[in-house]
Amino acid sequence: MLEPGRAKPKPTPETKHFWDGCRQGKLLLQRCNDTGRAYFPPRPFSPYTGSRNVSVFEASGRATLYSYVIHHRPVPGFTPPYAIAVVQLEEGPRMMTNIIDCEQTPEALQLDMKLEVAFVPMDEEITLPLFRPAKEGA
Amino acid sequence: MLKPGEIAVVGAAESTKIGVVPEMSQIMLHADAALNAMQDAGLKPGDIDGVACVGPMMPQQIAHYLGITPKWVDGTGVGGCSFMLHVRHAAAAIHAGYCSTVLITHGESGRSRINATPRPPEPESLNGQFEAPFGPMGPPTLFPIPVLRYMKTYGVTHEDLAMVSVVQREWAAKNPRAMYRDPITVEDVLNSRMIAYPFRILQCCLVTDGGGALILTSADRAKDFPTRPVYILGTGESVETTMVSQMQDFTSSRAFRVAGPTAIQAAGIRHSDVDHLMIYDAFAHLPLYGLEDLGFCRPGEAAAFIREGNTRPGGKLPLNTNGGGLSYTHTGMYGMFALQESVRQMRGTAPAQVPGAKISVCHGVGGMFSASGTIVFGNERP
Repeated sequence: MLEPGRAKPKPTPETKHFWDGCRQGKLLLQRCNDTGRAYFPPRPFSPYTGSRNVSVFEASGRATLYSYVIHHRPVPGFTPPYAIAVVQLEEGPRMMTNIIDCEQTPEALQLDMKLEVAFVPMDEEITLPLFRPAKEGA
Repeated sequence: MLKPGEIAVVGAAESTKIGVVPEMSQIMLHADAALNAMQDAGLKPGDIDGVACVGPMMPQQIAHYLGITPKWVDGTGVGGCSFMLHVRHAAAAIHAGYCSTVLITHGESGRSRINATPRPPEPESLNGQFEAPFGPMGPPTLFPIPVLRYMKTYGVTHEDLAMVSVVQREWAAKNPRAMYRDPITVEDVLNSRMIAYPFRILQCCLVTDGGGALILTSADRAKDFPTRPVYILGTGESVETTMVSQMQDFTSSRAFRVAGPTAIQAAGIRHSDVDHLMIYDAFAHLPLYGLEDLGFCRPGEAAAFIREGNTRPGGKLPLNTNGGGLSYTHTGMYGMFALQESVRQMRGTAPAQVPGAKISVCHGVGGMFSASGTIVFGNERP
């Protein structure tokens, strides 16, 4: 369970499947069926073509560390210093997240390091997709 | 199509005081700057027939407070570059005949927070769902997110980034209204308090109180005003996303790449014609992105361009000559102050005047690379 105090997302009809997926331990992305390209954040149409011909699929959960900052000031729900990261998912889209099971230092947080998704509950409703360094050989 | 030089700035002023102004609420900072700009132009509220400002302040609040009956209003709100978009929209509106004399105002009690409005993301918004849960707390935690990727892509060092703050302080030292004027070194920057790695306090903008206002009319009328007209040669605007995590390219802003070149092409100028440049510097990486995305430098070369002294006093491309958001002032929406400095440079009245400057490019950012607006000014009508 996460330290209390984080800003809690409130799902909308267009994003509910994503948050339901996180609660069930699945990272659900969407794909434009015309171009085959994945996208994020969720919406029921393709940001590439405007077509409503899209589908939901389960992502691998594999990602690399794309960029980040390490925040040194207090924020409710966090103990500084903590990294606010953007990861590049294997399927293409990027998402903001936190990196867990890893020292929050520039030395430990190397760009392009391999990561894997970890689902961490905030409460009974919301589970956040966080990322941790990938296990060797993963 | 609006031709270069058909619209001019005939009134421009900042609030009487900037920096720490606890004696004025947010709306009074708007009004104080507006009154100063009307005095500058020799106009009364009854002479103004168009009003533009950015939320949380609405044009109806400003019009009523100042006693103006507008025929045209613009409340475009895309963050700190909204004023560049207001200039662009006002130029088009004057050209179309919707109004003849437009007042654009800004006021923000960013530091003293007198009647200021907080802006937390709604938990149902995309930002509220897909960024806020991961611990961002305002622009210092979000705007620098792409920086490490930029540094790795182009081999830019911490020392290179620190130089941006050092050079802007050199400009601020020449400006009596700048909040910070003492010289700083690369070491000072790199030893200053860490805010959000890789950025330290001297790489983050100030938080101040202040306001600014501009008055625009057609160039044909501009000669009837007391000040030297500053002509609008070209304009551009664009937006990308409110979510920094979703910007297409972490080494370049799509909104910059649309707005900047659109304005430069509309003005019919070459980069080598530009005598003076303003790039909204909320954080130290923005001048690098701006120099590259507007085409003054090739991708990855802006850090060396600054390190080599091209943008410092006496350099070939004077940049952020008021000291910028890093050293001059930054109320929260700094774009108005960048525009004011471009107008002063074109009038020949800037504290750190660039001798003989004829063309100034003023480039703004809104949100965290969310939006962009660019204005090309000139002091001669083409």
